[in-house]
Parts: sequence; structure tokens; C-alpha cells
Amino acid sequence: MTLTAPSPYRVDAAGYYGTFGGAYVPEMLYPNVEELRDNYLRIIEDPGFQREFTQLLTDYVGRPTPLFLAERLSEHIGTTIYLKREDLCHTGAHKINNTIGQILVAKRLGKRRIVAETGAGQHGVATATVCALMGLECIVYMGAVDIERQRPNVDRMRMLGAQVVPARSGSQTLKDATNEAMRHWISNPTDTHYIIGSVVGPHPYPDMVSRFQSVISAEIIRQLLHQTGRATPDFVLACVGGGSNAAGAFYHYLDEPSVRLIAAEAAGQGIDTGHSAATTALGKPGILHGASTILMQTEDGQVTEPYSISAGLDYPGIGPQHAQLFATGRAEFLSITDKAALDAAFQLSRLEGIIPALETAHALACLPLIGAKKDDVVVVCLSGRGDKDLATYTKHLEEYS
Amino acid sequence: MNRLTKLFQHKTADVLNVYFTAGFPQLNDTVPVLRALQEAGADLVEIGMPYSDPVADGETIQRSNQQALENGMTVGKLFEQLQDIRQQGITVPILLMGYLNPVVQFGVEKFCQHCQVVGIDGVILPDLPLEVYEREYRPLFAEYGLKAVFLVTPQTSAARVRQLDALADGFIYLVAAAGTTGAQTDMNADVDAYLSRTKALGLRNPTLVGFGISDAASFAAASRHTTGAIIGSAFIRLLQQTPAGERTAAIHDFVAGIRPVPA
Repeated sequence: MTLTAPSPYRVDAAGYYGTFGGAYVPEMLYPNVEELRDNYLRIIEDPGFQREFTQLLTDYVGRPTPLFLAERLSEHIGTTIYLKREDLCHTGAHKINNTIGQILVAKRLGKRRIVAETGAGQHGVATATVCALMGLECIVYMGAVDIERQRPNVDRMRMLGAQVVPARSGSQTLKDATNEAMRHWISNPTDTHYIIGSVVGPHPYPDMVSRFQSVISAEIIRQLLHQTGRATPDFVLACVGGGSNAAGAFYHYLDEPSVRLIAAEAAGQGIDTGHSAATTALGKPGILHGASTILMQTEDGQVTEPYSISAGLDYPGIGPQHAQLFATGRAEFLSITDKAALDAAFQLSRLEGIIPALETAHALACLPLIGAKKDDVVVVCLSGRGDKDLATYTKHLEEYS
Repeated sequence: MNRLTKLFQHKTADVLNVYFTAGFPQLNDTVPVLRALQEAGADLVEIGMPYSDPVADGETIQRSNQQALENGMTVGKLFEQLQDIRQQGITVPILLMGYLNPVVQFGVEKFCQHCQVVGIDGVILPDLPLEVYEREYRPLFAEYGLKAVFLVTPQTSAARVRQLDALADGFIYLVAAAGTTGAQTDMNADVDAYLSRTKALGLRNPTLVGFGISDAASFAAASRHTTGAIIGSAFIRLLQQTPAGERTAAIHDFVAGIRPVPA
């Protein structure tokens, strides 16, 4: 399944996916972005890099992650469901696939310090982890609100030696943490690498991050073939905040039209309540964090404060590749409320003994909505584990008892 | 003739450009602040179009942006406020500075038309990529008589400075040091070396240096190798701290304090 022809869903030479993407950065960031753009493909395609990356994914992250046939859930929903267990990665989510890749890039670029942003804390923990592993200084910006609701991850980052800096502007969530991390990078242009945690930001980040995450769909192909005799499922489901686990789960299926790609967005308290993060339902084309994409904004082009029960999906935009998948209809975007996500999280916990991250629960909540038949093969990217969300789940335990 | 072009034809040193955010501290302060700056002797005024996520700016300007947005400022509202200023004796060259998304949502051509109608002389859009400017914006800017200003930093390569200089037709905005606006810049040897290095390139555009200029000493130091300097955050702090009734006098004192002997 190697692609040779240009695909409308992959980045072009100028850094665009259709009309989305590009590098809309102030001059202060231009040299950093240019350095990365001019070097990332050479670095990551180098056999030495590939060896080190693959070895760390195997021996440190614990890849390949299992592809698990969830029999009780399948029976309950009425289709055949496989869970791609990214929650079993070291640090508890798919995020580390990318941070391992980027820290190796940063080292080869001679950087000494890493800056990152985090929403739920999964990317922050994954970044702090690889910085500890490689002995690099680590500064993580996190919204002050998220620091409160994701306390265990904050403590993990600190234990790993990272400095966690609260972002106190705006809604004090992921968007603002991203602004602050960008500012830090602007102020430290030569010795710092910014590890963006999702498929967002200026080119080449969306492409680079999706390449690192493509290990997910590469493994699904091999494992599905082994377990079912077919490499292509009927559906692939993943949640989308910025969209990195979805980009990784979709990667090798983008140009396989027989595979329906389903992206779950956070509708929060409901699309029309004003407390939502359902970008494609509420947004329109614009420019955010260095890329042309689809974002939630006012009529005047001011970025709207998003809301979701899950800190990792609490972002007003999506990656430019996802914007292209939405605009072309290649992927279907569903809006999942907080309540539906909670239902799905408790359902998976009780049926399969797996407590999913709240982010992932949004993807699981799509299962009854996609019209899958009994013999259809559905793969859900189980992007992360739910330990970090226990405080939120605990608040709702009574409702599900 | 474009007022910016005219200014730099007549004045080649100690040019003072003052930045303030539209609709700050109060929604209707835009024109009074502009008028006071002209009367106080600012050579050039940069009006910020507030944005929710101004990543190239520091805390002071970001807060003024938030305040202005809360006051109800929009690109459309700004054009309404500026509608008759040229008929009402505002002659100082005016630049609009802001981020791309609000301009794109307003409509780029409509934005240019409005700039021409109210008498805007130039535009600074820090997150507009050069190739997009060249392909899509340059012809429009030319059609509506808008000058383009680009930023250069100490990290910008000489080759790229020349490329920016070739495309710019207002001035080159020299960012004094790595960092966002409002960061305290010590006009140290590094900055001096950067400014003199840039001067040695013999750019065709005038150069104004910004970021960290806050008083007469930093203005004088910064202007040594350039056509002049830009003051933003320090002026925003003044607006923030001065009661409305004392503002005009405070603006006069501020400008006089930066450049004690106006040329």
C-alpha cells in the first residue's frame, strides 16, 4: 500500500492540502520553521533515524500495540469492532509516537531545549518523557484551567523534570497554551525546538506529525490481515481535537475509498449551546496557529473559545489535512456531546474492562451512529487511557451505577 | 502621493512611529488618541486591529487587544471610526497593523477598498506569508495605494532581508531582538551590531526599529543606525494608566519625552 501518485489528501510541495495548510507565521518564527521544513524529510527518511525511531517505538514505547477484537462491545453494537490499543503505549496515549520522532529530529538539528503545549496533559507527559530520556530541558505550557482538571498529568510532568507553565490568557485552555508556547519559541529562536503535539501549526508540522503517527495505520494493516485475512476495514473511527491520532489511524487508508473514515468531534454540551468544540459543524475557513484551516470564529474573525468535557478536544480548530478531508467529503465528521462520550466511556469500561480517555470516548460514541452491519469490520483508534480522567468520571459514577 | 512615501522623502532620521490598539482603552478612543499623537508630533501612527490570538505580541498589547474586543471593536467598526478623519484635519501617515484572519474574514479586497476610502497609507500583517503576499495581495495593495511593511529579525538571513526589501514599499520593520512586543530590550552591543549590519546592506526602504523602545535613551540608541523607531507597549501602558481627562496632555508629554527636540 505504498503511494506513488500525488494524493489530494497529502501535503503538496508548497505545504498545502488543497487550500488548507501553509505556514502563516510572523517573521520571528520564519527561520525556525524554514530550518525544519528544509530538513525534516531528509532527517526522517535517513536509515539511521528510521532505525533509532523504530527501535525506540519497539523497546521503549511498547509497539506494536495490540489490535483487540472487542467481542462484547461488538455484540452490543451489532457489528465487528477492533480496538487499536494506543492506550497501551508508554505514557498512556498515542502522543509518544510523535514526541519520540520529534525529539530525534530536534537532536539532529542540534537543539538543547524543548517547548511544548498540552491540553489534557498527554502530549505534555509524552514530551517530558522523551526529554528525560534524551537529557533535554523541557518547558510545557498548559492552560491554567487544564492544570486544574488534569492534575495527575501535571504531577507526572513535574516528576519527569519538566517545567509546567500555566497559560493564563483567554480561555486558559489548549488554544492559549499553544499561543504561549509559540511566544516562547519566538523568544528563543536558535536553541529551542517546539514539539507540536497535533497535526496543527505551520507546514511542515502537520505532515511531520502525521508521518510519525502513521505507524498506527501501518500496524492496523498488518494486524488486520493477520487476524481477518483482509487489510482494509470498512470503517476507521478516531476522535479529532487537532487530530493527530485520527491522522495516524487514517494515514494508509486515505486513498482507499472503500474504507469509511469517521472523525468524532466534541460537541460539548450541544452544538447550539455555545459550549462546544465541534469545529467542522461550527467553523469556517480561516487562519489559526500558523495554518490555513477550518476554525471556530466570530463573524469578525476572532477565534471562539471552545468547550469540551475533554481537555484534549478543547481546541477551536482542526489540522489542515482534516480540513481537506472534511471539505472533500473523504472523511465524515460527527459531533459527540459530553453526555454521549461519558455513556461510551462507561460502556467500554463495563463491557471490555478498558477505561478509555475522555477524548477516545468520543470516537467510541460514534459506533451506534455509523450504520455498520454485523459483518462489517470497524476499527476504533483507542487513542489513550482514562486514568487521567478519573476525577471527571468519578463525578458521574452515581449516574452509571 | 502616499503620505508614507512623502514622509520618508522629507525625513530620513529620527522618525517616530507610535502604535496603539484601536478601540482602547474605550471603544471611541481611536480617533482622539490618533489626533493627540498627530498634535504631539508623532511622524507616523500604527493602529492595531485587535485580535484574539496575537502570537507575535507580548502581554501588554495582548491585553489591550482583549480589552478592545470586549469594547466591541471590529475591522468594520474601525473603518467607521476613521471614515472622515482626512476631512477633519488628520494628515499624519497611518498604518493598519493586525493579524491575517480578521482581514480575510472582512474580505481582502473590501479591506483594501476601505483603506483607500478612509486614507490608510500602509499595512503590516505579520503572519502573511511572503509568497501569498506576492501572489494575491501585492496586486490589490498596488491597486488601492497601500504600502506593505515587512518585519525583519536578527535571525533573518541577509538573502531574505534583500528579498523582503525588494517586495516592501513602505519601510522595513526591524525587530530589535528575539521576543514578542513589550519585552525589555537593553540596547546592547548585540542589537547595535544587528542594526549596523542591516544598515550595511544598503536597503532601498527606510528602516524603523521596534520592540523594546520605551524612552528617549532607547529611541536615540535605536535610531543611530536606522531611519527611526517604533513605540508600542510603552505607549499602551501610558493609555492604560492615564485617566481619560488627562490623556491628551499625557500623550503630548510622552512624545516630547521620547524625542525632546522634534526635527
